[in-house]
Amino acid sequence: MNYQPLTRGEIAYLVAHDFPDGSVVNLGIGMPTQVADYLPSDREIILHSENGILGMGRAAMGDEIDLDIINASRTPVVLLKGASISEHTVSFAMMRGGHLDYSVLGGFQVAFNGDLANWITSGPDAIAAIGGAMDLAIGARNVIVMMEHVAKDMTSKLMPACTYPLTGAGVVNQVYTDLAIIDIKPEGFVVRAMVEGITLETLQEKTGAPLHTSDNIATIRRNPQGHPCY
Amino acid sequence: MLDKIRASLEEAIAPIQDGASIMVSGFGDSGIPFELMSAIMDKGTREITIISNNAGTHETGIAGLIKAGRVRKVICSHPRPPNSQTFANAYRAGLVELECTPQGTLAERLRAAGAGLGPFFTPTGFGTLIAEGKEQRMIDGKGYILEQPLHGDFALVRAHLGDRWGNLSYRFAGRNFGPVMCMASKHAIAQVNRVVPLGDLEPEHIMTPGIFVKAVVAIGGER
Repeated sequence: MNYQPLTRGEIAYLVAHDFPDGSVVNLGIGMPTQVADYLPSDREIILHSENGILGMGRAAMGDEIDLDIINASRTPVVLLKGASISEHTVSFAMMRGGHLDYSVLGGFQVAFNGDLANWITSGPDAIAAIGGAMDLAIGARNVIVMMEHVAKDMTSKLMPACTYPLTGAGVVNQVYTDLAIIDIKPEGFVVRAMVEGITLETLQEKTGAPLHTSDNIATIRRNPQGHPCY
Repeated sequence: MLDKIRASLEEAIAPIQDGASIMVSGFGDSGIPFELMSAIMDKGTREITIISNNAGTHETGIAGLIKAGRVRKVICSHPRPPNSQTFANAYRAGLVELECTPQGTLAERLRAAGAGLGPFFTPTGFGTLIAEGKEQRMIDGKGYILEQPLHGDFALVRAHLGDRWGNLSYRFAGRNFGPVMCMASKHAIAQVNRVVPLGDLEPEHIMTPGIFVKAVVAIGGER
């Protein structure tokens, strides 16, 4: 049976719909910023931005644009009612101090022990650029990584051990890919859900470390509105 | 009478000499003291160590100084802005040194310097390249690395309002590294959109108390 990998927008949609009402969330730069576009309107999800904003809203437009109100990707945004601004040490205390419910990060590689590599490749020309990634990786109560399951060179991004330099050791709780949602538990990669039509055997072929199965693996389907759900 | 107001950008930066370590506030383009940076460029200061979150955007500010060959070292968390290759080119040519530090660790190293603390243990970067060469310790089952306070000769910050005692308030997320850099440096210089009479800033709205600031200069342009 054929299967259709999730688009980046669909991965973002799934992540956005797994936050409980009232969650405080930091969305990292890159793919995770798309999650903001799919937050369910019937839940209050409070977004933190590393430059000191708690209670960040959508992208600013026209007269709303103020260059002193930007997100971590430097895009102008609006502030929600109830938003606060803090200086940098307080903003990072929110992360490192374990006050955030979720941080969502992009990833180059995730290992079955929860190691994350997302800040530098080992290429000879690579220049170190950490930003807030290491603080986000260790601080939040739940660290979610969004990434493609398989890299462009067809090697799996879910690995027995990361080959790129680590962002954090043993930090990742869940990985949302275009093929599956995988929890990281003491035994390693545990499949929570996979896209309709893919077999466990195929998923394992595309994964660099053993997959464990829970009692009931959910199927990610598209609902009549065209949105993914499981 | 305590009067920290300076008549011009040139006068405000007059104490800065070649070889100085200079903290520069800002995140992306918000909170960057572009006017003070231009004054440093005009003054011709060389051999600068820059301490900032980024290594400049476009070709202005820090990137402008790097391009002009004035910067020997950058201590920052993220030197690769999407809109500028200036740092990357200078770094690859061996013209500028880089110390890359996680952003929260950068902020906390500045805070430790400003608050009179010594080195501190942080979990950020444990088990990564950042930990190499640093003392590592397991405390209650959690790994930490020892990080050093980060002092600087000068801080250049952009605030919104300032008074002659050096009290500052900031606009929105332009605040970012401003308060902690004023604390961590020996000589903080603030450019403000407007100087206000003493007493106009409500005590509870002052974000940087004047004790941390040596000079305030108005740049005029209210935003």
